[in-house]
Amino acid sequence: MQTDFLGEARRQAEICNACRYCEGYCAVFPALHRERAFSDGDLTQLANLCHNCRGCYYACQYTAPHEFDLNLPRALAEVRQESWKRHAWPNGFAGVFDRSGLLIAVGLVVGFALLFSLARGLRPEEGEGFYAVMSHGMMVAIFAPAFVLPLLALAASLRSYWREVGGGPLRLRDLLAATRSAGRMRNLEGGHGDGCNFEDEGRFTHARRHLHQAVLYGFLLCFASTASGTILHYVFGMEAPYGLFSLPKLLGVPGGILLSIGTAGLAWLKTRADRDLSAPAAWGGEMAFVLLLFTVGSSGLLLYAATGTGHVGWLLPLHLGAVLTFFVLTPYSKMAHGFYRMTALTREAAARDGGQV
Amino acid sequence: MNDAPETCDVLVIGGGNAALCAAITAAEAGASVLILEAAPKAYRGGNSRHTRNFRCMHHGPLGPLIEDYTEEEYLADLMKVTGGRTDDRLARLAIRTSEECLPWMEAHGVRFQPSLSGTLSLARTNAFFLGGGKSLVNAYYRTAQRLGVRVLYEANVTHLTLEDRQVTRVAYSHDGQDKAVAPRSVVVAAGGFQADTDWLARAWGPAAKNFLIRGTPYNRGVVLADLLEQGVDQVGDPTQCHAVAIDGRAPKFDGGIVTRLDCVPFSIVVNKNAERFYDEGEDVWPKRYAIWGRLVAEEPDQVGYVIIDAKSLELFMPSVFPPIAAQSIEELAQKMGLPPAKLRTTVDDFNAACGDTSAFHPTELDGVATTGLTPPKTNWARPITEPPFYGYSLRTGVTFTYLGLKINERAQCSIGGTPMQNLWAAGETMAGSILGQGYLAGFGMTIGTVFGRIAGKEAASHAN
Repeated sequence: MQTDFLGEARRQAEICNACRYCEGYCAVFPALHRERAFSDGDLTQLANLCHNCRGCYYACQYTAPHEFDLNLPRALAEVRQESWKRHAWPNGFAGVFDRSGLLIAVGLVVGFALLFSLARGLRPEEGEGFYAVMSHGMMVAIFAPAFVLPLLALAASLRSYWREVGGGPLRLRDLLAATRSAGRMRNLEGGHGDGCNFEDEGRFTHARRHLHQAVLYGFLLCFASTASGTILHYVFGMEAPYGLFSLPKLLGVPGGILLSIGTAGLAWLKTRADRDLSAPAAWGGEMAFVLLLFTVGSSGLLLYAATGTGHVGWLLPLHLGAVLTFFVLTPYSKMAHGFYRMTALTREAAARDGGQV
Repeated sequence: MNDAPETCDVLVIGGGNAALCAAITAAEAGASVLILEAAPKAYRGGNSRHTRNFRCMHHGPLGPLIEDYTEEEYLADLMKVTGGRTDDRLARLAIRTSEECLPWMEAHGVRFQPSLSGTLSLARTNAFFLGGGKSLVNAYYRTAQRLGVRVLYEANVTHLTLEDRQVTRVAYSHDGQDKAVAPRSVVVAAGGFQADTDWLARAWGPAAKNFLIRGTPYNRGVVLADLLEQGVDQVGDPTQCHAVAIDGRAPKFDGGIVTRLDCVPFSIVVNKNAERFYDEGEDVWPKRYAIWGRLVAEEPDQVGYVIIDAKSLELFMPSVFPPIAAQSIEELAQKMGLPPAKLRTTVDDFNAACGDTSAFHPTELDGVATTGLTPPKTNWARPITEPPFYGYSLRTGVTFTYLGLKINERAQCSIGGTPMQNLWAAGETMAGSILGQGYLAGFGMTIGTVFGRIAGKEAASHAN
């Protein structure tokens, strides 16, 4: 049976719009209060602006047992989840969102097995460090398409999203405003700067914000590490392995540490938070995704620590298998939220600006 | 039943803003404090959970407040709504103390936000709670818990034993058991009696059965009645209360802020016979919304019907329930259960009495008035001609009653004018000491915070 998530979100948004007490919490409420009636596109945009901090829920005078039964974080989470499926490209992959937990597990096993057997079967005759296990050419052959194709799919999804929420021409200043907001995770500050009460109704903390920032910046550092390695390799002809005081390691080691700590922390918070304030069906997939990122970060660190030992033989396929799974599932897993969130923040920056003119 | 009642320094009866301010103040003064809250945890906080701001005197910007709001201006605003029916000394005490309350509230976990969209007129006078009153209540419970205050939910106080102007024992039921506590000091902050519709009906007549209660169903006035029966001094008129006209489809209890309707100035309002009964355009809505509760209460079946047309739909804050819509006045009448021919005549007469509407201005007194119509509409009088037509039913929504406990400037209750030794009152239960009639937005929270803190301090110092 299809649940009318948009209808439920509309019902709740209309109550919120007559109340307005939560205006200062985050970007969702000023955006909501600008509307008088809520189209599907409006609700989709609000849903992707929501960071699920739950400040509004715990402050709400209309949550159950009140007959209005408001649970805006959950209503928006359901719409958000559904919007990602609706905009999935190719659309036949929409169902992956519902099974992303399982597919992450399968992907890990298959990815590991694939890379392990490739490494065994096509072991390079020469090469240093991990290139002794798998050649550079082999890695590029696998990872270049696995990186580029999902990004193209995601771009198609975001374009479709942008159309649904009525986005106009993309402006640099809106993009910069969105980047500033995401960089600080302003919407997890709670409006008062005390943080949110995601994991504990009774207390405001910056735990989720700081851990999420660790993941974000850790991830970006790891990405920068790989990019710097690519540049060193192709532009300067400097091949891995790199020493500790090389750019890839200086970026990658702190990146891996941040990513591992951040994901472990977020997974822990997730076990403490009330599952009914988000989309319960998506919980497993989200948790699997966080743990996948943890695997990416920690196996990368272990791989470095194991340099020169026999453990590289299984750690390398594990790490690469995790990265491969992560890349391939990016458009159809929780990872998509970062891209949609940035798009929603950009759209909001434009709308806010437009409202002031 | 337990023979030896438990003891504590300060017992606070009630669990809203005033009760929590008293409990926190007493606990910080070193007293052991017990709160008996009648509501379950999910509904704790009485009417405070529905509030949104705190009216505050200030010199220069303070927290979210801009410019100045002086004692004299504040008092003048209060005098205007109460028609002079207020205790000048207590009113000035509340106003003067409000300024130091705001930083105190912040220090105890309350967070403010800029004036909400649609309420810019209050940016100078009223500090809005981020997240509203429930978040304030949550913050105070957090603080109280940290200070070691004990809280019992679903604890219904049934009787206070008075001996020689002193409370010696407080009986309550909790968890299906009758219990008792023998506190050194008692603070009553249990609100008005508006949720007891029988009591309302005694004051208002059977009409009160049709009233909606905007806030908590737990303010039944049990403690108030118990104390008044034992001769504790009372203040206020039982028919006086804070009542506004709200959406007739609102729930019987706890509808809170969202059920208000701001469209009256742009409408005509008729009773169930499709007749107009009052000037809808008398003044801007924030200054008039509090009288419409009474106006509707005086009409047959205590119901009114607001009629607007398409051109006014977006001039007011969105309503929680969509309006009833129709393509003709007759169809609208049918849908709303009004006599169609009569409504047609009323609308036609009104339309014919409208004149030049070019000066129409939705947020100012524009003087766009009817001529030769009784009652007149003195502002925003535009003919109702443009379909679709929209309607809302209006009912009287009671916020809180003013009949309560008379207190002095130390928040002490008295018997025959002599202060009691260990009984204080704060919040809506004593607000009648200051509000003889009428209401000023955000003043209920001022009274609760100021007198809650006074009561807590006095109660703790008596206990020590």
